[in-house]
Amino acid sequence: MHTRRNFIKISSLGLGAAAVIGGSVKWAVGAAPSQKLSGGLKSTPVWKKVSTYCEVCFWKCAGWAYVSEEGNIQKIIGNDNDPQCNGRLCPRGTGGVGMYSDPDRLKTPLMRVTINGEQTYREASWEEALDFIAKKMKEIAEKHGPESMALFNHGSSGKYFTQLLNAFGSNNVTAPSFAQCRGPRDTGFDLTFGESVSSPEVTDIRDTRCLVLIGSHIGENMHNGQVQEMSEAIDNGATIITVDPRLSTAASKSKYWLPIKPSTDIALLLSWIHVLIYDDLYNKDYVAKYGEGFNELKEHVRNFTPEWAYGITTLKPELIRHTAREMANAAPATLIHPGRHTSWYGDDVQRSRAIAILNGLLGSWGNRGGIFFKEGIKVPDFPHPEYPKPQWSWQDTLNGRYPLAKESITNTIIEASIPGEGNEHQIKGWIVSGTNLVVSVPLKEQLMKAMQSLDLLVVVDTMPMEITGFADVVLPECTYLERYDDLRATAHREPTLVLRMPAVEPLYETKPAWWIAKQIGERLGLGAYFNYTDFKEVIDWQLKQLGLTLDEMERIGVKRYARKTPAYIEPGADHQFKTASGKIQFNSMELQKAGFDSMPVYTPHAQPEDGFYRLIYGRAPMHTFSRTANNRNLVALMPENAVWVNPQVAELWGLKKDQHVWLKNQQGVVSNFSVKVRVTERIRWDSVYIVHGFGHKYKPLTYAFGRGVNDTELISNVMIDPIMGGTGMRGNFVTFIKDEPKKEAKL
Amino acid sequence: MRYAMAIDTRKCVGCSDCVVACQTENNVPLGFCRDWVVEVVDGTYPNVSIELRSERCNHCANSPCVRCCPTGASHFEDGGIVLVEHDKCIGCGACIQACPYDARYSHPDGYVDKCTFCIHRVREGKNPACVSVCPTKCMSFGDLDDPNSKIVNVLKNRKFKSLAPEAGTKPQIFYLI
Repeated sequence: MHTRRNFIKISSLGLGAAAVIGGSVKWAVGAAPSQKLSGGLKSTPVWKKVSTYCEVCFWKCAGWAYVSEEGNIQKIIGNDNDPQCNGRLCPRGTGGVGMYSDPDRLKTPLMRVTINGEQTYREASWEEALDFIAKKMKEIAEKHGPESMALFNHGSSGKYFTQLLNAFGSNNVTAPSFAQCRGPRDTGFDLTFGESVSSPEVTDIRDTRCLVLIGSHIGENMHNGQVQEMSEAIDNGATIITVDPRLSTAASKSKYWLPIKPSTDIALLLSWIHVLIYDDLYNKDYVAKYGEGFNELKEHVRNFTPEWAYGITTLKPELIRHTAREMANAAPATLIHPGRHTSWYGDDVQRSRAIAILNGLLGSWGNRGGIFFKEGIKVPDFPHPEYPKPQWSWQDTLNGRYPLAKESITNTIIEASIPGEGNEHQIKGWIVSGTNLVVSVPLKEQLMKAMQSLDLLVVVDTMPMEITGFADVVLPECTYLERYDDLRATAHREPTLVLRMPAVEPLYETKPAWWIAKQIGERLGLGAYFNYTDFKEVIDWQLKQLGLTLDEMERIGVKRYARKTPAYIEPGADHQFKTASGKIQFNSMELQKAGFDSMPVYTPHAQPEDGFYRLIYGRAPMHTFSRTANNRNLVALMPENAVWVNPQVAELWGLKKDQHVWLKNQQGVVSNFSVKVRVTERIRWDSVYIVHGFGHKYKPLTYAFGRGVNDTELISNVMIDPIMGGTGMRGNFVTFIKDEPKKEAKL
Repeated sequence: MRYAMAIDTRKCVGCSDCVVACQTENNVPLGFCRDWVVEVVDGTYPNVSIELRSERCNHCANSPCVRCCPTGASHFEDGGIVLVEHDKCIGCGACIQACPYDARYSHPDGYVDKCTFCIHRVREGKNPACVSVCPTKCMSFGDLDDPNSKIVNVLKNRKFKSLAPEAGTKPQIFYLI
């Protein structure tokens, strides 16, 4: 491997890059007026309320930042008028202030330099850093064309860099949220119903009478609206059925928990379809009216009986039959939840198809308690010149693979960044905004090779993350609490519009992403695409077009609109689905034409060898991805992850509670750090479980460094979905190493 | 007036939002907390159950902490809320020892601290911060002497328990089961 780009720990060589300019940190927590208790109790001080929407995860709940007279953010409280959160943020949103007050934040632009033969970062002025980036981008465009610049993004900031790249002449814009996450689900539902379930999902959990979760761990994934609605469903006495090899929180609230053998979900889904059809439980009117390919489906599932599935899933046939009947009894107010992170085993589109088909058989789509029709408000685009048409785009990096990918795939963009045969189109420069690729994308070797081959790697973030250490230029972005951003225009049960404005001035030398993109754009002669001096002007203009004012939005934060269209299929209406034929596709001709199974088929997946256990990963409610592991307002709740081990397995291995072990996967990859053992009956004996987002090995994350293990480093076996390029990550098995592996190596 | 809280263990997902909201509302120093979440796992796979519950000071009607406090810092406020008057507290820690719920901690500033039921909010007619933030709405707060309050209604219609009843402290936090 080249060593052109060494990994740099930001504080290395003592150049003071982390010692930083910018004056004192205003600690957000710890500055509230003291409350003398008893008789002289002070009432809540009057603080300024500033409208924002949360950026800790993608749910983007609207809230108020409470700011004291001294300019400290005291707390963040949900906006009562936002149907996404109903005034109640989740722990991460409530603790979002920790993103602002994190002492490890990126504070000033940094540039890679070589001193005495060693690579390091030095502080740079914004002028210098931006000039450098523009110069490099021009060079890339001259040599290879503007299409050779790519963007990896996540979150609100991605929009401005997308605008920059589009203006520059590239649409190689990608995000891990597709191939690493919701892509299989969106593709499977799109193939069946002609559209996906969107984000936030159009799942009618609130009004459902039967909620079925396939590995979806609502309550541990804190997708706020869904958690709130599941709680309402519990209140309403809805039947919850959860399929999970682990007793998830949701499973513990369920009437039925199906402790399935991992990787066999499709067999269960096919047997449910079998029971619905052959026991005459499906919604006949709905299927006759809206379905296409039902007879083929009926024939297809003829032999997929619960008895057949029992041998595969370890779930008792009577339990499969009984739960199918429960679903049918509640239908059409039954929701087989589509899930969100669905890139598991490489046949994930087909699993999502099976889920979609079940919903179709029960008549869930378009009915109360199933899946509703979203409605949103269109915010007009701020005027800008037309974007140039790129000569080639991300579709050309697919090289004939993944024919049904509707969004770009991170891994093919990464692949196109490695010079070599077969790559007609080359990527030469990356901007990475708000995503820690080193932790979020599998196939590390490919990623490392690509990063070594680039002419330019710019990382824009609020925090130093593993990816930061590979950048040529690091640009410190201010947090969501310190900036204006695009209006949040949400399409859901009702259209909403939310304002985010700065609660406080940016700390240090940090800048908002819109400013960074505009500055680079101007240096590239693309100023016309950024025709404003402050993003506030854009919001002001957009609001005026909608008949609103910034003043009013600052006061209310959230603007709700009444629906104009029905949320469900109206009685007697003849609904047209968005598929080519207008009907639900039980038998997908589109898949068949592309050379795939037109209906889901169960394929056995590899199982762990003796002494190995399937690595299952998931979320904890107080953390988001790998980005909150350093947030001081959240870390005390869960400072590190633990590996969940069934007591039988623990006994076999002689593992005790809180004992530290290292994990080694079937390909010999050993975890960088050790992890504590949690002995618990909540996990199957053939699997172990860890919460994602820990095991940071980047020292500038002074709290998170070395705490727990990083699941993605153990995910070296990736099963790619041939339909849309999803990277299945559940095919890894781990074993335990009880003694420090480095010592072992020495012996 | 008797303030109390009911927490629905069937709805609590253990997200700990109550903990974070309490910390930011009450300026609890980082690393300490006035409320916390307990997970109890029972049974053998696959016949396993979990109880999740948010715990805090039980504002006991028969409070060992108030009884044992040598300075009178620990006392009852209106509605039975148990408070510590920081200026009177000498930090001796007798109350920490006496509390069967481990609900008190030594504040770095030298006094003992714990849940106040957010009395400053309650006096303004608001719910405690934990109750108002909870995404699952699993908590209800109110006056047990008010027959129209939500909490009375909830306790009438659901089975509930309190923690360590054998301690005889008459806790005012009820867990719906």
